[in-house]
Amino acid sequence: MKELKITPIKNGTVIDHITPGCAIKVLHILGIPAGTSSVVSVAMNVTGKSGKKDIVKVENRELDPRELNKIALIAPKATINIIRDYEVVKKQNVVLPDEIIGTVKCPNPTCVSNANEPIESRFRVISKDPPRIRCYYCEREPDDIQTLI
Amino acid sequence: MSNTSFKNRDIISIKDLSNEEINTLFSYAKKMIPYAKGEKHLKTLEGRILSTLFFEPSTRTRLSFESAMNRLGGRVIGFADAGGTSIKKGESLTDTIRMADAYSDAIVIRHHQEGSARLAAEFATHPVINAGDGAGQHPTQCLLDLFTIVTEKKTIHGKHVVLLGDLKYGRTVHSLAYALARFKAQLTLVSPETLRMPKEVIEECREQNVEPVSTTSLEKAIKDADVLYVTRIQRERFPDESEYKRVAGTYKIDLELLKQAKEDLIIMHPLPRVTEIDPAVDKTHHALYFKQAFNGIPVRMALLSLILGGRKP
Repeated sequence: MKELKITPIKNGTVIDHITPGCAIKVLHILGIPAGTSSVVSVAMNVTGKSGKKDIVKVENRELDPRELNKIALIAPKATINIIRDYEVVKKQNVVLPDEIIGTVKCPNPTCVSNANEPIESRFRVISKDPPRIRCYYCEREPDDIQTLI
Repeated sequence: MSNTSFKNRDIISIKDLSNEEINTLFSYAKKMIPYAKGEKHLKTLEGRILSTLFFEPSTRTRLSFESAMNRLGGRVIGFADAGGTSIKKGESLTDTIRMADAYSDAIVIRHHQEGSARLAAEFATHPVINAGDGAGQHPTQCLLDLFTIVTEKKTIHGKHVVLLGDLKYGRTVHSLAYALARFKAQLTLVSPETLRMPKEVIEECREQNVEPVSTTSLEKAIKDADVLYVTRIQRERFPDESEYKRVAGTYKIDLELLKQAKEDLIIMHPLPRVTEIDPAVDKTHHALYFKQAFNGIPVRMALLSLILGGRKP
């Protein structure tokens, strides 16, 4: 019998096919460990059908769209599985929207989106895989998206 | 191309305009030249008001926008220094824009924060024209530069354009390099190593199938240049004074250098210049920078007229 590296969960979310090495970033996006009492399991560099991947399982929590957008920025091939009573009730790929609003802060200190104005940060997605984004306001393209998350 | 495609448009970046629209604008700008010189008179924008909001210093851009609006029969309100406005009391840029929007038919804005004109366009109901947003975009400068090359060289396609000086912090050269690539010029980028063109601008040129050549040697680049576009090394954009001092005065255009240039080379500069062009060059037929500055008037007249729906001259 094949040994399971992480045990199944009863209710919650399994984030699969995370880019190897990015599981810790995903935890950061989800605000874990601070502010959560959920049981969280992490597997890194697991060998899957299409090479190595990371997996994160979070019990008793389903993700909101902003969290999904952020995950798509660092792990564009990730899949989200919603688990209820040990069954996968919903499975979806993360999909970067055409625009990301209010999720990522522009790294350009002189961008107007960092000034005291009544606007949210806004980025246009110019490539979905690998993810590349451009600030709607200052038109700069951040070098390293991961550092903004 | 219909003139109505310009009506009530915001002009924030040169990317907002297609090549076809730029050519339409230039054919209007050519017709505007006698009106820009005051040889003929127009009242096509009579009764219309333009706000010029200059939060940063400007000579040419502000005066030429104001002259352009006056030459079209319109009126101008605004400020050249935010010191006398409610910004000093802590008013947001957004609220200042709302006010100018209520008082005028179009807004021209220069502001030190990148993206400020895009923000203004979101909140204004009337058209907004970007007159420079920090180190970001300055589309009307780009348009008058392209207009100058087209007027002098008949076409941009295939012309060898050398961009010289501060290619890192200079906002005019970023949008100009991209626009020249769109019109299929050959590009050579000459700068000190520390002031090279940002990689995203080079990438944008490549997306237009133009591969810019980067070098530090002006002597080599000038030999087969059709256009030499000189920029000032801008002290105010340097985060570090010592970095500025290391590169200031690296290049100087003088009569000796021009002996190596083609007979019909034109020299352009967005101005103000400091020491990068010897005043002796002003008297040569190569010097186009003052005519280039004048071209700001017919180009801005054409743009205001098209955006505000003025009648054809």
